Amino acid sequence: MAAPAPQRDPTEDRLAAMVLPQNGWTDAARKAALARLRDMGMPNRRDEYWKFTRPDTLVQPQAPSAGLFVNDEGPLFDDMDRLKIVFVDGVFDPAASDDLTMSGVRIDRLAEQADIHWAADLYGQLEAAGHYVPRPLAALNTAYASDGVLVHVTDKAKKPINLIYLHNDENSDAILHHLIRLDGGAELTLLETGPAAARLNKSMEVDVADGATFHHIRAQGRDHERRAVTHIFARLGAGSVFKSFTLTVNGRLTRNECVIELTGDDAIAHVAGACVGDGDFHHDDTVFVTHDAERCKSRQVYKKVLRNGAVGVFQGKILVKQGAQKTDGYQISQSLLLDDDAQFLAKPELEIYADDVICSHGSTSGAIDDEALFYMRSRGVPAAIATDLLTLAFLAEAVEEIEHENLRDALVERLRGWLMRHRT
Amino acid sequence: MLTIKDLHVKLEEEDKQILKGVDLTVEAGKVHAIMGPNGSGKSTLSYVLAGRDGYEVTGGTAHLDDVDLLDIEPEERAAAGLFLAFQYPVEIPGVGNMTFLRTAVNAQRKARGEEEMSAAEFLKVVRARARELQIDADMLKRPVNVGFSGGEKKRNEILQMAMLEPRMCILDETDSGLDVDAMKLVATGVNALRDAGRGFLVITHYQRLLDHIKPDVVHIMADGRIVKTGGAELALEVENNGYADILAEVA
Repeated sequence: MAAPAPQRDPTEDRLAAMVLPQNGWTDAARKAALARLRDMGMPNRRDEYWKFTRPDTLVQPQAPSAGLFVNDEGPLFDDMDRLKIVFVDGVFDPAASDDLTMSGVRIDRLAEQADIHWAADLYGQLEAAGHYVPRPLAALNTAYASDGVLVHVTDKAKKPINLIYLHNDENSDAILHHLIRLDGGAELTLLETGPAAARLNKSMEVDVADGATFHHIRAQGRDHERRAVTHIFARLGAGSVFKSFTLTVNGRLTRNECVIELTGDDAIAHVAGACVGDGDFHHDDTVFVTHDAERCKSRQVYKKVLRNGAVGVFQGKILVKQGAQKTDGYQISQSLLLDDDAQFLAKPELEIYADDVICSHGSTSGAIDDEALFYMRSRGVPAAIATDLLTLAFLAEAVEEIEHENLRDALVERLRGWLMRHRT
Repeated sequence: MLTIKDLHVKLEEEDKQILKGVDLTVEAGKVHAIMGPNGSGKSTLSYVLAGRDGYEVTGGTAHLDDVDLLDIEPEERAAAGLFLAFQYPVEIPGVGNMTFLRTAVNAQRKARGEEEMSAAEFLKVVRARARELQIDADMLKRPVNVGFSGGEKKRNEILQMAMLEPRMCILDETDSGLDVDAMKLVATGVNALRDAGRGFLVITHYQRLLDHIKPDVVHIMADGRIVKTGGAELALEVENNGYADILAEVA
């Protein structure tokens, strides 16, 4: 009988392949994050929040390679006036990026040796506070992030910032960490587009001060084979607004975690996502919204269109702390299963410690409505087009969370294109 | 124009024969009415012609001119010129009424090898037709049939018919759920479409609708067959004496 192979520690295996970056002002935060990571250990299937998603490929030392995807769709938001910041396989590309100056906003890079006080107070802090459940891949990110942007918004930003993530190397393994701070009353729209890398681990910590407004619209790249784990940690001051929408088209594995703390009264948080997957596609939205102030509103709206073995996961929680009276919390997660092979796994959770709140949640799985399909066909609309229209109608509730009409239209066009390419 | 011969239909899921040999010919320019008691197979006939799932044709044929209807998909039947006004128009949340109509009109045009209607041209035509049916701009913008009253849904059916300009129109109990004023409005819409090149098959329980849409021929359907055919006076006979007398007479 062969002796069993010695037990290997996946955390140390991964860390052995990496070098802890040094850049002065983040060093203490990185060391603290590394200690958190070692304490938690890498995620595995036995962990409560990893039951539906296999973390192996996100954890293993080498990024699984991912082929490059080319189609004839042009870059997203190309006709919009925005400030472009380009990362190629996780490396900042100054030549492709715009000048990083804009009135009302100060933009720096994480990789630069600047001592940036506001960022030093934020780096890793919201992540560290966000471990209501262990998020070891976020701690890994804080410890090892190689680059990212530090965006300090002091006023109304003149135009959106677009982080553009290009993927040119089939074996790239990127770790990016962004910090966004909005001062009182400041406003920013942040766009994120592109696949980024064969494997991406991305974190964003967003500190939204009283009365500030942050809009975030993200389109995760169309690469079929890419993998990604992302975290958003947001802290919302009184009367502030945070709205985030994510479109996910393709990708073998995507885990998007969103951790939001409503810490000031009358704050508003909307998080929404639409994803479409065909075949080897696994998409996981794990959302945790904490109400820790009075009269705050939160909405979680997630819609998934799945077919041909694609898997969708939704784990969403609303935590209402004691004293968070007049909370208005809403959560909906729905899937449209276009065939019998697709799968949707949902775990909605409410945990409420205040007695004067409204919280509602719902989760459904369904197929295309046969009655509606026949009705449309009887008017001459071919089955494929009718199915596309019904699918877009299903996604509409999530897509309508995007306030900017031109951004919304651009994303709907992307969805339309995907649906046309993925007809039966 | 519409030629149905010895049509036999059963439910797909269970062993239940609904149509037991329907013979019917509707000529261009004519309005035929089918009346009959509940469960006689009137609505099944309309669904089978339109191509709804759940039925199995076990015998017979149905042609629109020389097009074999039973051999093609619902959207191909529509493009060939068949239109069914539903008894219960379907609500489609999230799909705008205008988007739906324009998609349908242009899909049919494309299927027939005709040029698609431009957005501007479409808008002009749809506004004019909608006005005639007292359909306001708000109804056009709303999702298909969502939140429409019974009367609004039926008027919306007639608007679709007016936009699609089918050669053969089947109206399945279009009068159900309508008050007298709404029925008149719908009838006016239908009558405006009467044309030498267009046939109508009006399915109804009651003679009321036929006061407003004057039929050329009236058929009585019972137990999956046409049991009696006559002129408009046959509808009056049903109104006065009920179906029992007629059914007893043909039994």
